[in-house]
Amino acid sequence: MKTFVYIDHFKGEVQPASWEALGVAKSFGSASAVIFGSGLDALTKTAFEFGADEVLLADDSALTDYRAEAFASTLSALASSRTPDLILFPTTARTRELAAMTAIDLNTGVLVDVTALSLEGDKFIATRPIYEGKLLEKTVCSGKPVIATLRARAFPRPAQDASKSGGATKVETKINSLTTVEGYTVAEAVVNLGDAGVIVSGGRGVSNNPSLTPPAGLDEKQAELWRAQQGFKLVGELASVLGGAVGASRAAVDGGYIPYSHQVGQTGKVVTPDLYIACGISGAIQHLVGMRNAKLVVAINKDADAPIFKQARYGVVGDLFAIVPALTEAFKKKLGKQA
Amino acid sequence: MKIIACIKQVPDSEAKVKAENGQVSWGDAPLVINPFDEYAVEGALQQKEASGGTVTALCIGPESAKEALKHALAMGADDAVLVSDPALTSLDTVGAARLLAAAINKIGGADMVVFGRQTLDDGSGITAAQTARVLGWPMLGLAGQIKVADGSASSPQGIQVERVIEEGRQIVSAKLPAVISVVQSIGEPRYPSFMGIRKASKAVIPVWPLSDIGLSAPAPITSRLELVTPPSRNVTCEIITGESPAEIADKLADKILAEKVL
Amino acid sequence: MDFSLSPEHQMTQKMVRDFAQKEIGPVIKEYDRKQEPIPFALKRMGELGILGLCFPVRYGGQGMDYLSLGLACEELEAMDTSLRVAMSVHTGLCSINLFQWGTEEQKQKFLIPLAKGEKIGCGAFTEPGMGSDVAAMRTSAKRDGDFYILNGEKMWISLASKADLVMVTVKTNPSTRKPSDGLSTFIVDLNSPGVTRGDLHGKLGVRAGATGWINFQDVKVPVVNRIGEEGEGFKITMSGFDHGRYTVASGATGIIRASLEASVKYAKTRQTFGKPIAEYQLIQEKIARMSQDYEIARLLYYQVGWLKNLGKRCTRETSYSKKFATEASFGAANEAIQIHGAYGYSDEYDVERYLRNSKGAMIYEGSSEIQTLIQAGYALGERSDKPLRCELPTYDESYWQK
Repeated sequence: MKTFVYIDHFKGEVQPASWEALGVAKSFGSASAVIFGSGLDALTKTAFEFGADEVLLADDSALTDYRAEAFASTLSALASSRTPDLILFPTTARTRELAAMTAIDLNTGVLVDVTALSLEGDKFIATRPIYEGKLLEKTVCSGKPVIATLRARAFPRPAQDASKSGGATKVETKINSLTTVEGYTVAEAVVNLGDAGVIVSGGRGVSNNPSLTPPAGLDEKQAELWRAQQGFKLVGELASVLGGAVGASRAAVDGGYIPYSHQVGQTGKVVTPDLYIACGISGAIQHLVGMRNAKLVVAINKDADAPIFKQARYGVVGDLFAIVPALTEAFKKKLGKQA
Repeated sequence: MKIIACIKQVPDSEAKVKAENGQVSWGDAPLVINPFDEYAVEGALQQKEASGGTVTALCIGPESAKEALKHALAMGADDAVLVSDPALTSLDTVGAARLLAAAINKIGGADMVVFGRQTLDDGSGITAAQTARVLGWPMLGLAGQIKVADGSASSPQGIQVERVIEEGRQIVSAKLPAVISVVQSIGEPRYPSFMGIRKASKAVIPVWPLSDIGLSAPAPITSRLELVTPPSRNVTCEIITGESPAEIADKLADKILAEKVL
Repeated sequence: MDFSLSPEHQMTQKMVRDFAQKEIGPVIKEYDRKQEPIPFALKRMGELGILGLCFPVRYGGQGMDYLSLGLACEELEAMDTSLRVAMSVHTGLCSINLFQWGTEEQKQKFLIPLAKGEKIGCGAFTEPGMGSDVAAMRTSAKRDGDFYILNGEKMWISLASKADLVMVTVKTNPSTRKPSDGLSTFIVDLNSPGVTRGDLHGKLGVRAGATGWINFQDVKVPVVNRIGEEGEGFKITMSGFDHGRYTVASGATGIIRASLEASVKYAKTRQTFGKPIAEYQLIQEKIARMSQDYEIARLLYYQVGWLKNLGKRCTRETSYSKKFATEASFGAANEAIQIHGAYGYSDEYDVERYLRNSKGAMIYEGSSEIQTLIQAGYALGERSDKPLRCELPTYDESYWQK
């Protein structure tokens, strides 16, 4: 079987799940890494290191910024000429669009957010969660190539072999973009919640520390934001000692406590870390659907009937402002990290 | 400005969805407008308020999906169309996109087609992009803000959106007509107004069978072989208690370390 | 006979429920604990048209019927009683009564801003030394040319400190043979000179609601602000109670539902001796009772809404509805706590708030004892409804929606 693996990146920063997809491709046969952009030699080398048999590189300054139409047209043309059996993507906002449009061009189907993929005879059988993960469906695509996007952390990441390298095969681009990227307003630090093994999340509760007195001269809303920032600092410290990422509930994001990119849940990200620590999050269903597949959930909340406890293996009913810093200290000691 | 908001009807988020004999069952849970599509209607109404014009809500589904369209009408949409046909038994996203594109062409004259970012049921989040591709219109995905520019309010030419993506906010522009999908930053969906509720409850929603949009039922390219309810994880929460935060933290840290997840 | 709700009614329920769950749900415990009203609640209810739900569009309302008012109250009180109390006093006691008894000029001047929620209204009848005993009323108004001069104090007035307008009933003639013939009702701007007011604290329940007192000292009220004729005050007040009690009844129905829902949820998850407590018959008995009471309370207030839509007097039916629903809500909340055990006794769960909130409604707007007397009076033929000079306008869709 011949598989294309689309290596998704933003300005050269690769979505690590791209490598997981490369590993899956190798298990079915040959794997061609497909890389679009400009000036991506380092990326080409990394693709070989993760096991790509060849790298198909569309190198064009017009592809510096992702634009759905140009990327889809280039990929469709490439797939039409080289006829892969399977095109794999890591699941990201970009690849959902790209896979969707490519499928229309090639008159085939797309299987999104796949968590297991097997080859039975000449058919790829994909397992994917639907209904917010309440159900799993096994699906087959009768079109060719089969197009699938893979959920981050659902597949093992292949070992990286720094000794490997190779030359990229340049491919033709097809720039027919209907959209223009004007620029970026907020360049937020990239939050890769999908790839995080540990996530410590804060909710509305992080702004409620009664023992803090905000600096004078703040109005009520500013004081709330100030309190929330102090609260998220504690959350961040625990995340950092555990080597994890900071997540947030929708209430915290809506309150302006933390940027949207941290949001876990129905309207944010669906995450599957090994450890999820929810601090001051009550656990509205919209949040739970985003984190319930975490391996181990720990909840810290002052409300004993907060629904989050129903998802948690361990819970602390208490003041997060006391518990979270104490937990940070405890892990520092136990993990042998210096303060 | 003629705006079309594409919506879907789905089981309520609180529904206990199960697999029963290979079919999806949601018990007696209500069917509602897909929550993400409420944002689409909100975004469409905002554009109508900014530039004038009309909002048409469009849905593919069974007769019951009229309820979802009525919700859009109650929020303030001007009219609604349901594409419904007994021949539509299983529809994949590619098929849905082809039907929507045909219906959008039949409605005619649209400047903007607005989608929610994904549906609660299938959750692929790709129908907007596929519809744009079928129409050959620009796709502006995950918009948190929409601005119509270049040209008079009555015949707007261009559109600029702020996309909320993993890496921050990206400003992208395109010519109209365009397909847009919106995220929650567009603004909380408004509640239906009582005036809207009355209008919606009296509305007669046109139903277009496939013959009206000149298509036969698209053969699905992807099909479901099996549906399973994932084994429910039996979590019992162990509440950690102690004399002091330090003692609780110490016990909790030991428990977490013993689970070997770090 | 058709017991089903129209699509309009169902959408109204859902809209009000969504508002309560999205905007009030996340903050109610906090404000109830602080004993402070939710600062944005009244404003939002006004903006969304809930406060003026059942008035014709021409009077600033939303053109819905009287049943919709009850449905909204059920949804609001299923979240918190303080929301429904606003409907009882602003909409029930003040606005509907103005709609029933006010002149066209008064409706133009007062009802429109009230229905739009631009002005908040309340109703004042009870006094520090007087509840249902009209003869003991001390607050008085004396005619002075084109004005009346008001003096006295009203107490246990919901929204006393928040409202812009009050519908107040006072004694204008102390020498009538029947004390009730000496009362008149006025609509008074609470920002008038001579008005002072404040809140009462330490209430058992409705802690996120503002209840207070209003003192009138030589307050000049224009004659044109008199509602109805001089001496009609008692009848007008009793009409107001009919409307207010309807909102109390439908609201209490919401407490029963909330208690039932909380109990079902808890009983299905809480385990003792290895099985969910919902499997124990003693728990089932409590839940069955709540579900039965919910059904009865619902049907009773639906009947009142229906009678109101037809423009029929329904003091008797309102009394059944109010007494049954408020007592059943107290019982349901009480049993909900019992089902929740020690957890229910703490304010970490909502059910203890339901119990505290339910008690007041057995006392205000005509206590359970007064309701019993009303019911006995009708049953024994000692009481009957005589036609009023101004009846509540019959709901007419085409008139309402213009």
